[in-house]
Amino acid sequence: MEFRFFYHFGRYLLMLKGMFSRPENMRMYWKEFMKQCVDIGFGSLGIVVIISLFLGAVTTVQTAYQLVSGFIPKSTIAQVVRDTLILELAPTMVCIVLGGVVGSKIASELGNMRISEQIDAQEIMGINTKAYLIGPKILAAIITIPALVIIAAFLGIFGGLEAGKMSGIISHEQFMQGLRASFDGYNVFFALSKAYTYSFIISSIPAYYGYNVTGGALEIGRASTTAVVVSCVLILFADYALAALLL
Amino acid sequence: MIELKNIRKSFGDKEILKDVSANMEPGKTNLIIGASGSGKTVLMKCMVGLIKVDSGTVLYNGQDFTAMDDVEKKPIRQEIGMLFQGSALFDSMTVEQNVMFPLDMFSTMSYKERRKRMQECLDRVELKDANKKFPAEISGGMKKRVGIARAIVLNPKYLFVDEPNSGLDPQTSLIIDKLIKDITVEYNITTVVNTHDMNTVMESGDHIIYMHQGKKQWEGSNEDIIFSEDKLLNDFIFASEFFQDIKEMRKMEIFRDKNWRAKQAGGGNK
Repeated sequence: MEFRFFYHFGRYLLMLKGMFSRPENMRMYWKEFMKQCVDIGFGSLGIVVIISLFLGAVTTVQTAYQLVSGFIPKSTIAQVVRDTLILELAPTMVCIVLGGVVGSKIASELGNMRISEQIDAQEIMGINTKAYLIGPKILAAIITIPALVIIAAFLGIFGGLEAGKMSGIISHEQFMQGLRASFDGYNVFFALSKAYTYSFIISSIPAYYGYNVTGGALEIGRASTTAVVVSCVLILFADYALAALLL
Repeated sequence: MIELKNIRKSFGDKEILKDVSANMEPGKTNLIIGASGSGKTVLMKCMVGLIKVDSGTVLYNGQDFTAMDDVEKKPIRQEIGMLFQGSALFDSMTVEQNVMFPLDMFSTMSYKERRKRMQECLDRVELKDANKKFPAEISGGMKKRVGIARAIVLNPKYLFVDEPNSGLDPQTSLIIDKLIKDITVEYNITTVVNTHDMNTVMESGDHIIYMHQGKKQWEGSNEDIIFSEDKLLNDFIFASEFFQDIKEMRKMEIFRDKNWRAKQAGGGNK
């Protein structure tokens, strides 16, 4: 089992190393990078909007449910919602969902290209396929996913604000007062550190599994599932490691 | 000229290529024939560098391709065009984007010149009204044509074709075979075709290599193949009764006309 781990880890590192080479044509690489930014960033925007709004709403309702003491001001709910979203829910939950959405897309796209010999066709043309096919995906994920996490944090807080008002738990004024109270900018740095780490995991792990698929359609599906599972486990592991290191 | 010297390749315990040596004649259509599992595709992938050989060398005009790293291989790879068994068209691109892709990546031509070259290649393979279609919207024969157009768009010196007739009806197969043969002559390319289609062998093979269980079993021309006494080769090519008849007909024809070979040599490439 451990040998299998080292085998995959070694190949993964070699794949990453293979990405660094002089681009054959910078314009084509830029075009591919922009395409991936649209696919990964804009393509995931819808799901990010939906889950972050609901995450914020649910956090508000459940925090209010747990704060039973009359001595705790209602604005505390907003503080809890804000910090929970920034520290954990926006980066981790959103990235776990993106691990499924983006990860399976990357793994199946590359897997299909491998099986149908499209990667071989590019290799024969003299293109470094690791640099051309994987590099722009990782770079696009590193640029767009932290942006999505920031959007998710804002929308989550907005969802919490509206849910609090609609359910009669907390007024807009109280919520805004809580949001402004004892805000720590370091939390945003921590959230972004997580987002950058996760975006690298979400893009590079599925790229590894997709790029190295052998077999047929069944193996593409299997690689896609494995990629998503491994990405999610690594996100949770990184979540704990970053919390232990940075907080 | 492509030279193969003592190529060996194994996957695990299974030896796929067993000391294969051969020369691919320049400017000719070289065929690698053999039953499924005889090592044809592995040999071709070793030649283009998609599979690393265990031992032996592949020489392109005397340059050892197998000893080169990926960066050193690039100039030779840009002289190679390849048509894959499944065509390997990029399914996110239209037909014209597929053909233009190598030009976009490697040529210094202007956009207008690249488009002109792309259209020339599509016209050469006689593909009309398909520029804006995606690979999923065109037939197998059309995909092969697009694959050929993409393979020749950078004016390669070497063209590799893996199973050009797989999945095609006999009529389309003949058209694709003729197209490959004509392009070989027209562009003076060294073409290597993997096939087990006997029509291709008889119609377009200038130089034929027969592979059997990972070894080169026989080598010669498509005229010699009819008269070969090699039992394994005969078992392979005359497996169908139809070709048994052709064998008899050809023998009769040749006995009738002693100048047959001279005629073939004179009119073969027209």
